[in-house]
Amino acid sequence: MRLQKNTLLALYSVLEFASRPGELVPASAVATTYGESAHHLAKVLSELTRAGIVESVRGVGGGYRFVANPKRLSLLDVIRLFEDLDAGASAAGPANTAVDRALGQVLAEIDQNTLATFGSITVSTMLKMVQAEDGSSGRRPR
Amino acid sequence: MPVGVVGGAAAGVARSRLEWLGKLILVLEYAFKLDLVCFSTMSGRGVSSRARGAAAKGEAAAARLAVRAVRQADLTAVIALDATVTGLHKSDYWWRIHRRYGVAGQGLRHFLVAELGGRVVGFIIGEVRDWEFGSPPCGWVFAIDVDPRARQRGVGAALLGAMRERFERAGVTTMRTMLASDNPLILSFFRSQGMRAGRLIPLELAIGPVAADGE
Repeated sequence: MRLQKNTLLALYSVLEFASRPGELVPASAVATTYGESAHHLAKVLSELTRAGIVESVRGVGGGYRFVANPKRLSLLDVIRLFEDLDAGASAAGPANTAVDRALGQVLAEIDQNTLATFGSITVSTMLKMVQAEDGSSGRRPR
Repeated sequence: MPVGVVGGAAAGVARSRLEWLGKLILVLEYAFKLDLVCFSTMSGRGVSSRARGAAAKGEAAAARLAVRAVRQADLTAVIALDATVTGLHKSDYWWRIHRRYGVAGQGLRHFLVAELGGRVVGFIIGEVRDWEFGSPPCGWVFAIDVDPRARQRGVGAALLGAMRERFERAGVTTMRTMLASDNPLILSFFRSQGMRAGRLIPLELAIGPVAADGE
């Protein structure tokens, strides 16, 4: 499964905000860290705000704050906002031959495992993994 | 816009706020108890204040989480807990499991329960298995349940930690489990404890009359 750019940007943003609980983080901080345009990021953040995952505070000192439950919000919850998972690769090919259908079964099996994996990893678990990768606790995801 | 996700995130916010409120109440309760103990110590007299202090200490002890080996007297609570979570009341099964893992564990099979406030709020069952599927001896966890009312208090983590210690004492270096892919709650719990996909892949085949009908 290949994630679209917006989806990856949403995951980066969620992890960045969640690693700084209660803190207002300017969008520019995320844009700079991940080398994205503020305009592009704004669309992603708007969707995350609409979904109730982050809240935005306008004005001087404003920014975005993570407001979801990190122990309950899964990667799949975020991915679903940006990807049409129902139109997965498991559909049979245009000819709908026996080969297409058999291949469809294999791809559906892969999809099932992929979704189960994304659905089982919460933001909280992901932050622990990032910290382990970082090699020291307390450092933010980069 | 997937409505389920929006609802889930909003519910997450509500849960988060409830959890925060719960923590605040716990802090206030603790502060209150501390005050009682201090008052009793400082006054050095006054039976009622000492009694209140002792009662507060008793409450604190009662709220402590403890993990221990199952006893026969726990089975009623275990069966009820399993029935609450799975919706199935399977008394005979649990008596068999108790005989195999609770009584005749012999150091390689473990049936543990978690007690909170003197009440059984969770259990875990596991065993060391040798050379299954060509794998060196490893610790298998095949059942874990936590009372829904006692969740998010570290009960599951304490149970899994206690099981891990027992496996480590037995000399195994891998702990395994197998889970339904459509149960994100339990999957995410094991993930949060550091477990990852391993080298074994579960496969299954529908057999019997039903499978024959479908062919």
